[in-house]
Amino acid sequence: MHHGWKRILGLAAAAWLTVPVGVALAGGLTVYKNARIIPIGAPEIESGVLVVRDGKIEAIGKTGEVPKPGDAEQIDLDGMTIMPGLICTHSHLGGGWGGDSSEPIQPACRIYDSINVRDSGLQKAQAGGLTTLNVMPGSGHLLSGQTIYIKLNDAKTIDGAAIRNDAGEIMGGMKMANGTNSQRQPPFPGTRAKSAALVRQRLIDAQAYQRKIEKAEAEDDADKMPERDLALEGLVEVLTGKRVVHFHTHRHDDILTTLRLSKEFGFKIVLHHISEGWKVADEIVAAKAPCSVIVIDSPGGKLEAAELLLKTGAVLEKAGALVAFHTDDPITDSRLFLRSAALAVRAGMSREKALEALTIAGAKMLELDGRIGSLAAGKDADFIVLDGDPLSVYTKVQQTFVEGKLVFDRSKPADRLFAVGGYGASDDHEPFSCCLEFGPGGPHH
Amino acid sequence: MLRTINMKNNAIQITVVLVALLLSVQTLTAQTLAVRGKTIYTMAGDPIEDGVVLIDGKRIQRVGSATQVTIPNGCRVLEANVVVPGLIDARATIGLTGYLNQAQDQDVLERSSPIQPELRALDAYNPRERLVEWARSFGVTTVHTGHAPGEVISGQTMIAKLTGNTVNDAVIKPTAMIACTLGEGAVKHEQKSPGTRSKAVAMLRSELLAAQAYLRKIERAEEAATDSPDGENAANGKDETADSEDGEGKKSPQKPDRNLRYEALGWVLKKEMPLLVTAHRAHDISVALRLAREFEIDIVLDGAAEAYLVADAITDAGVPVIVHPTMMRSHRGSTENASMETAAKLAALGIAMAMQSGYESYVPKTRIVLFEAGIAAAYGLGFDGALRACTIDAAKLLGIDQRVGSIEGGKDADLALYDGDPFEYTTHCTATIINGEVLHEGER
Repeated sequence: MHHGWKRILGLAAAAWLTVPVGVALAGGLTVYKNARIIPIGAPEIESGVLVVRDGKIEAIGKTGEVPKPGDAEQIDLDGMTIMPGLICTHSHLGGGWGGDSSEPIQPACRIYDSINVRDSGLQKAQAGGLTTLNVMPGSGHLLSGQTIYIKLNDAKTIDGAAIRNDAGEIMGGMKMANGTNSQRQPPFPGTRAKSAALVRQRLIDAQAYQRKIEKAEAEDDADKMPERDLALEGLVEVLTGKRVVHFHTHRHDDILTTLRLSKEFGFKIVLHHISEGWKVADEIVAAKAPCSVIVIDSPGGKLEAAELLLKTGAVLEKAGALVAFHTDDPITDSRLFLRSAALAVRAGMSREKALEALTIAGAKMLELDGRIGSLAAGKDADFIVLDGDPLSVYTKVQQTFVEGKLVFDRSKPADRLFAVGGYGASDDHEPFSCCLEFGPGGPHH
Repeated sequence: MLRTINMKNNAIQITVVLVALLLSVQTLTAQTLAVRGKTIYTMAGDPIEDGVVLIDGKRIQRVGSATQVTIPNGCRVLEANVVVPGLIDARATIGLTGYLNQAQDQDVLERSSPIQPELRALDAYNPRERLVEWARSFGVTTVHTGHAPGEVISGQTMIAKLTGNTVNDAVIKPTAMIACTLGEGAVKHEQKSPGTRSKAVAMLRSELLAAQAYLRKIERAEEAATDSPDGENAANGKDETADSEDGEGKKSPQKPDRNLRYEALGWVLKKEMPLLVTAHRAHDISVALRLAREFEIDIVLDGAAEAYLVADAITDAGVPVIVHPTMMRSHRGSTENASMETAAKLAALGIAMAMQSGYESYVPKTRIVLFEAGIAAAYGLGFDGALRACTIDAAKLLGIDQRVGSIEGGKDADLALYDGDPFEYTTHCTATIINGEVLHEGER
C-alpha cells in the first residue's frame, strides 16, 4: 500500500547514504547471488541464487540454473551463506505475561494483550537470526494463557507483528505446564496428581460447553446457546485443534502424563524443554509428539532438570521424533540460538536434523511450514546471511530479512549494538525513527 | 663377629633391594603417562606441532616436539588433535552451589548479615558435587571458587583442583580472596540495610576501619611485648581482667580477643590477599577504585559489565579484571549494558584479564569457562587471547602460575585434550588430566 512513497524515499536515501552490501534498493524484486545456500529440506547449494519478489521467494537454485529477472536489484553474496530465518518455538521476549496468581488455569488470558513489540529483546533476537517467535506466557501455571506467533518484522504494534491464518485470525497456541513450576500454594496444586486432576476437570467442563454450543448450532436455537465464557472458549479451541498446546514438561513421568492427557482429550501437543526426554524417546515417538528441546550448558538449576543432558536432541532424532530447539529467552540468549543446534551436534545429533531443528521443524510445530522454515519458491522470504558455517562459534549473523525486508544489518552501528551488547543495548528502542520510514534498503532505526 | 658380618650383609642386601625398588618405582612413575598432540599450546612459547608431553607422577616432566621427546616403552599414551593446559576458571561458585538448587546444596550466600568475611569457602566446598565432574569433562581443571556475589561481603574464596575426594585433596589456596559486591547486587529491599549504594559503602568502610583498629591493637600489643621482658603474657592476653601495669604504672596494651571477621579483613588490609569486588555499573566500579585508594588495598574487579566506560581509570589503577561470563544475561538491571566484546576491549588496553563461569542462581546452574572463552574469542578477543584468559593469564591473576596455567616441565600435570579447536561448538573434550591422573575420557 505504501510501496510507492517508500520506494521514492528509498531512492532518495540512496543518493546520500552509503548503501551496505546485501541491501536491496529496488523494493519489490531482488536477486541474491553467488551465496552458499542451505535451503533446508533440499541439498545445500555451493553457489546459488535466491530471487525475492514482494516478500516472497520467487526462485532458488544453483548459479546459472535460475533465471535472473533483468530488472532486479542484484546483490552479490560471494563468500556468504544464506539459510532460512530461525524459528523459536518458545520465547518470552516482549515482556508479556499471561495469567496472574489468582488461579492455576487461565485460558482466557492472551499474551497478545500484554506484549511490547518495542522491547529491545526482539531486536536482539533479530541479531541472532530469528524471524519468527512463538511468544508464550510463563510456566508457573498449569495453563498460563494463549501464546502468539509473531514475525520479527519491525512492526510498531503487536497487530503488525502477529501472524494470521487464512481466515485472518491471529495465530497462537496454548501454554500449559506440569511438574514443579506450577505447584504452589492453593488454589494452585501441591502435587502432580492434583495438577493432572485440575486440568482434566477443566477440560471436561470445556467438553460440556462445546457440546452445548454444538447442540444449539445443530438445532439452530439461539436460546440454547450458552453465554460466552472466555476461559472455556479458549479450551474449546484446544479441544478442536485450533490451538496447539505447548506443554512445558521436564521429567520423564511428567512427559508421560502430558502424552496421557493429550490422548484422553485429543488435543494437539508440542512437548517443550523435555530435559528427560532421552529417557522416554520411544514413548514420545509412539505418541507422534513433536519435541521442542532446550539446550542448556549444565544440568540442574532446578530439580526437574537435574537429568538434563546435551544428547537429548540426538537421542530423540535417532528414535525418530520431530525435534526443534528453542531459546526460552531469557533462559538462553536469542543472539546465540545457532549455538543450541551446534551443541546438539557436539552431542551426536546430525547436522541436517540440527539445522532443521532451528527452522522447518519449528515451523511444523507452529503449523506454519507451508509459509516458513525453508527456502523454496512461494514461501516467505525470511532468511539470514551468515559469514561462515552456521555451526561455528566464529560465525556471525550479518543480515536478517523478514518477508524480503532487511530488519538487521550488522554493518550498521545501531544494529550491531543489539548483536554484541554495550551501552544502551537493553533500552527498549523505537523500531522506527519519528519522521522517516524507509522501505527495504533504508535505515530502520 | 660372624653375627656382625651377617648383619652387615643383611643391611647391604636390604639397601640393595630398597634402592632397586626405589629406582623401579621412579622408572614406573616416570613412564606412567604421555600425551601426544598434533598441536600443543603450551602457553609458554609458540605452539608445538606434533608434540609430546611426558608426565612424571603428578608433574610434567618434559614437553617438546615428537622428534626431540621420545615416549618411553610401556608408557600409556593419549593422543589428541589439540592439547592445552588444563583450563582455569578464574571466578566460579561450583562446589558451593549444587546442581539440584535446593536448600541443602546451596552454600554460596549466607543472608543473615551483609558483611561476613569470616565465612570460609573451605568449610563448604563439596568436591563430589556433580557440577565439578561436569566442568572437568570439558577440560576445566582449576577453579577459583567460593562465596557468590550478592552481599556486601559474602565470604571467602578458595582455589581448588577439580579432583579429590576431600577438600584437602582439592585445595591449592584455602583462602584466595574476600568476595565483595557493590551496586544493585548487594542492595536489599524490605527495609533492610543496606538499602542504598551509599549505605552499603558506608557499612563497608566502617567495617574496614574497625578492622584497621583491630590490627593496630594487635600491633601495639606485639610492640609492647617485644619492648618489655614480661610483656609476652600481656600480649597473649592471659590477663583478661585488666591491662597489666609496668613499673611506672603505665598500662601496656593488650592483644584483643581473636575476631575472625576483622582477621579476614585484616588479610586484605595487609595486602596478603585482594578484595574481589563484583561491580557492574561504571559508577560502582569507580567506588571500588576509590576504596582501593582509601584503604591502600589490592582489589580484583569481578564482572565489570561497564568496564569499557571506565577503562582508563582501571588501567591507571592497575587493577586486574575477571570479566563477566561472555554469555551473562543482559536484561534490565546492573548487567543490561554488558557487551560480549568487553574482554577484547580490556585485553587490547593491556589490562590483566581472565575469564570466569560466574554465579548462576537458576539455569544453567553453572556456566563453563570454555564456552565463555569461546564466545569471547569470537567477539574480538581471538583464539590466543581467549586461551590465555582461561590458562596462563588466569593463573597469573590468581597467583598460581608457578604450578598451573602452562605446559612446562615441573608444573602440575593438568592437561585438556580436544579433537579440534577447543572453542568450536562441535569440538569434543576427549580427556582431562589433573595432577597426572586421567579423570575424564570420552567425547564431551
